[in-house]
Amino acid sequence: MINRGEILETIEMIDQQHLDVRTVTMGISLLDCCDGDPEAACRKIYDKITRRAERLVRVGEDIEAEFGIPIVNKRISVTPISLVAGASDCEDYVCFAKALDDARRETGVNFVGGFSALVQKGMTPADERLIRSIPRALAETELVCSSVNVGSTKAGINMDAVALMGRVVKETAELTAAQGGFGCAKLVVFCNAVEDNPFMAGAFHGVSEPDTVINVGVSGPGVVHHALRAVRGADLGVVAETVKKTAFRVTRMGQLVAQEASRRLGVPFGIVDLSLAPTPAVGDSVARILEEMGLETCGTHGTTAALALLNDAVKKGGVMASSSVGGLSGAFIPVSEDEGMIAAARSGALTIDKLEAMTCVCSVGLDMIAVPGSTSAETVSAIIADEAAIGMINQKTTAVRIIPAPGMDVGDTVEFGGLLGSAPVMPVHTESSAEFIRRGGRIPAPIHSLKN
Amino acid sequence: MKAIVTVIGRDRVGIIALVSQLLAGRGVNVLDISQTVLQDYFTMIMLVDASACTEPFASLAGELAAEGEEHGLQIRIQREDIFNAMHKI
Repeated sequence: MINRGEILETIEMIDQQHLDVRTVTMGISLLDCCDGDPEAACRKIYDKITRRAERLVRVGEDIEAEFGIPIVNKRISVTPISLVAGASDCEDYVCFAKALDDARRETGVNFVGGFSALVQKGMTPADERLIRSIPRALAETELVCSSVNVGSTKAGINMDAVALMGRVVKETAELTAAQGGFGCAKLVVFCNAVEDNPFMAGAFHGVSEPDTVINVGVSGPGVVHHALRAVRGADLGVVAETVKKTAFRVTRMGQLVAQEASRRLGVPFGIVDLSLAPTPAVGDSVARILEEMGLETCGTHGTTAALALLNDAVKKGGVMASSSVGGLSGAFIPVSEDEGMIAAARSGALTIDKLEAMTCVCSVGLDMIAVPGSTSAETVSAIIADEAAIGMINQKTTAVRIIPAPGMDVGDTVEFGGLLGSAPVMPVHTESSAEFIRRGGRIPAPIHSLKN
Repeated sequence: MKAIVTVIGRDRVGIIALVSQLLAGRGVNVLDISQTVLQDYFTMIMLVDASACTEPFASLAGELAAEGEEHGLQIRIQREDIFNAMHKI
């Protein structure tokens, strides 16, 4: 029989330390749904998703019940819609987002991601039509997520797309003003986007992926935090080892769930994403892990170093626990979704500039950050450009999910509720970046992209 | 299929009988039991074989949890694989 202490430890992790599988995401290729007639294309999309994901939620719930491990979300990611919609002759792609949302409702999943375009080197007419449809698509659907990749280490940064995305973010916020700009919480602007990410809002099903695939995202900041409490005062080598061991266990659980879901659904297993994904619940915060390492508040000097240690140790621990690791894999730092980050931002200790530095060493980027509603589109674009530059030069994924909360200013808080939490409005620099953004063109790929 | 039943709560007479009866009534065979009482706090871990269980695993888990709640206990049944995965290489 398994060691009694280990059994109780596992139960404590689930019960008191918020251990869960954050998402089981089914990736579905929609490339075979292209059609010259947009209505026919939407019908094909709806039919394929509802057919392939018919049993996803039920299987997820069965696994939850049998293993006693919560699976918080069941999600679907699809081929970037610009590639599918491009075959049709319509100008407005909102109907495609609605087809995705209808399929989501029918299958009972929590989110559908993939209202996306990959434009790091240039935009096709379809890409541009999709991007221009984003604000209405996000306002008129419930839980469809959108992402646009504007840069990569290989291609450089498409600054025309960056400029356009600043305006799209602003417009999305305005169209969803009644919900505090909620539309922007479903929109991610990437550099070096990955094709097998199971996490929202940035999930899409890349073109190099199989027809259908199961990807799993684990979680577990609370478990890491608890483990670190036991090594208070020990040197940072011990801290790294402790994080590694904990990440190993958490990932093994994710791997088990992924294999089981893949077997039951008859869909190939893709990857386990090793991300530490926080929630607004007390005891499930990445910021509190950094503070446990010895920082008075997340955001003070030393935060970047602590996060670098954490991010790297999570990967090292997780990589041996899964047969295939992918996605974003690291520590997420979404401000509104992390109780400790919310507190640090509210106190003023955590600023956007510090978050930007943190994104150099964490797995994604400026995530779920509310800024004043008066922030200009050019400033939003400039924030996106800064993040994309960090990703491009450091050969890593970076992202921006920013909410210029309509009618709100520093000191206000935007409430989203649920996993999305609440975001204190953070100050941005008021000096203009408009001339820089207006130049457009492309920032060339860095010299180290020339590897061949 | 092997599974682990854990029962946690304040100690009182008849906990083992309650759980064993529930399991026996559904064709679940108990393979091993370990239990301790620490400061009136009862913890029991059972290794069971649920392959001949007369109902779906999920509803068995639901019934155990509900029965536990009625008696002020947390009763859980989880497939053994989850513990093996997390603690064994």
